[in-house]
Amino acid sequence: MRRFLSWNSLLTLVIAIVLLKVVISFVDWAFVDAVWRPDTKACRAAAGACWGFIADKHRFILFGTYPFEEHWRPAIATVLLVALWVLSAWRYFWKPRLIVIWAVGLTLIGILMWGGVFGLRAVENERWGGLILTLILFTFGVAFAFPLSILLALARRSSLPAIRALAVGYIELVRGVPLISLLFMASVMLPLFLPEGVSIDKLLRAQIALILFAAAYLAEVVRGGLQAIPKDQYEAADALGLTYWQRTRAVVLPQALRIAVPPLVSTFIGFFKNTSLVVVIGLFDFLSTVKVSLNEPAWTGFGVEAYLFTALVYFVFCYAMSLYSRGLERRL
Amino acid sequence: MKKREIAYQVAAVAAVLFAIGYLVSNTLTNLEVRRIASGFGFLGREAGFEIGESFFMRYGAADSYLRALVVGLVNTLAVAAIGIVLATGLGTAIGLFRLSGNLLLRTISTAYVEFVRNVPLLVQLFFWYAMITETLPVAREALEPLPGVFLSNRGIYFPSFSGTPVLQGFNFTGGAALTPEFAALLLGLATYTAGFIAEIVRAGVLSVGRGQWEAAQAVGLTRPQALRHVVLPQALRVIVPPMTSQYLDLTKNSSLAVAIGYPDLVSIANTTINQTGQAIEGIAIIMLVYLTISLTISAFMNWYNARVLR
Repeated sequence: MRRFLSWNSLLTLVIAIVLLKVVISFVDWAFVDAVWRPDTKACRAAAGACWGFIADKHRFILFGTYPFEEHWRPAIATVLLVALWVLSAWRYFWKPRLIVIWAVGLTLIGILMWGGVFGLRAVENERWGGLILTLILFTFGVAFAFPLSILLALARRSSLPAIRALAVGYIELVRGVPLISLLFMASVMLPLFLPEGVSIDKLLRAQIALILFAAAYLAEVVRGGLQAIPKDQYEAADALGLTYWQRTRAVVLPQALRIAVPPLVSTFIGFFKNTSLVVVIGLFDFLSTVKVSLNEPAWTGFGVEAYLFTALVYFVFCYAMSLYSRGLERRL
Repeated sequence: MKKREIAYQVAAVAAVLFAIGYLVSNTLTNLEVRRIASGFGFLGREAGFEIGESFFMRYGAADSYLRALVVGLVNTLAVAAIGIVLATGLGTAIGLFRLSGNLLLRTISTAYVEFVRNVPLLVQLFFWYAMITETLPVAREALEPLPGVFLSNRGIYFPSFSGTPVLQGFNFTGGAALTPEFAALLLGLATYTAGFIAEIVRAGVLSVGRGQWEAAQAVGLTRPQALRHVVLPQALRVIVPPMTSQYLDLTKNSSLAVAIGYPDLVSIANTTINQTGQAIEGIAIIMLVYLTISLTISAFMNWYNARVLR
């Protein structure tokens, strides 16, 4: 006997009705009844979302406390930095010249942000903020953590017990504690570690904590790549009479890193999300600037809109990376 | 072992010891110069600050720092334990939905997983906190989805052994309550981790060969029966190890509580550091506690994994 309505179609019907209701009320809230003008009074009166908050505060959210008339500089730097990443995603550029491109790009970004040359006004890094700060923390975090993680992974796979023990100790210690505790350590303990009279600024301290944290996680991914290399590759390299470093550089690492690219990108995504934790030690990254904007009396109480917008921006970056990593996985 | 290899190792260990020694000596000088006390003597002193909420323990401002930190630890463990249970349930359901034959169900759960995994947890926590404190009505107009359960911007009130919540003035009294901070943290941790657990469960179920499904069908089991008795027990072998790291992550992520004002261990240690100035001891306590928790969960899950593999 055939049932007229199967369980499956009944389920579809129920979900469709619920979904439709949710979608309609969301569209009403987010678009139909929403206020787009930066007008607090209209926002408070409206039944819908208040996107006027973002319209009003977008300069602060994007650029933090960077001098207002100089905002074009972090804007160009942001575009440049994103362009560098897009370029690096392209396999055509996976050649030594990529390092040159990055060096030139980062120098340009440094000049734009710091200024002090070519008639640009000097801006100390305490005033950097917004999206560019998130991107800088991410980029420099990856740039320094990645080489460090390769060394850690090699050390953990080393045949020398003392080297191995040091690597295992470091990796497990860092992976066993929350990132927040490392950030606190960087912000309150690091100044105590330095000799008298030497001090490093808050941004650099947070960056160091992020690098040390990311390196431990990346090291485990690289180790996974190293473990996937068949033993005969090592034996063949030894048979050719290569030394340890020759073997590692020419035979082992190129293959191991190639295997490890997709999980590396997932770890990068996690790291990108984790840069938002610097809000806890008072740096003005993208999330902080949103949070601080909400403290303004005129705009308190619009957190739902503000954080939906923030989530969307982070989502665009992270989802792009995750699509890329999936594409690579299929092709490699 | 060759002489050169021994030399390398001695050099590496010496370098690390030298670096640590250098930092320690700098620290000692700095502590002396800044006249910061050291040692754990402060633990016995009166804390002098109130804690918004605590599970199973009574605490007042007159109690010691040690007791305050223990209250924080219990708060951390409580939110982590409940979070793990909720995340596992939600994650397993969504992971199975992603394999469902129903296209709509599959699409929605995929969208959920993609969204939740690609947005920082901290943003999600702030979002939930704003949702609770900004969109829920004031206590006087609290929503009552179930009899005796009240949702308002003061938190969630529900009946317990001590009675049912009653509106008194601007808030409810009686019954049990979840503060907005706890509710936001729990909701955020559970929904975020569920996105990752869903992927683990899905991969685990997919790892069981189709032949197993067909064999289960051949002996007359229905799909849910096959899932329960044939597929899941085998999938668990693949699921347990990555699940362990999700549980560890959730526990470590509960330290984000400090950002929305839930008094967990990190948040109380932070207050302690600010009051006593003893940063090194405070951070050492945080790290030691989390390392212990991490190792304990790992050990338990290893034991469970060995049982599943048997």
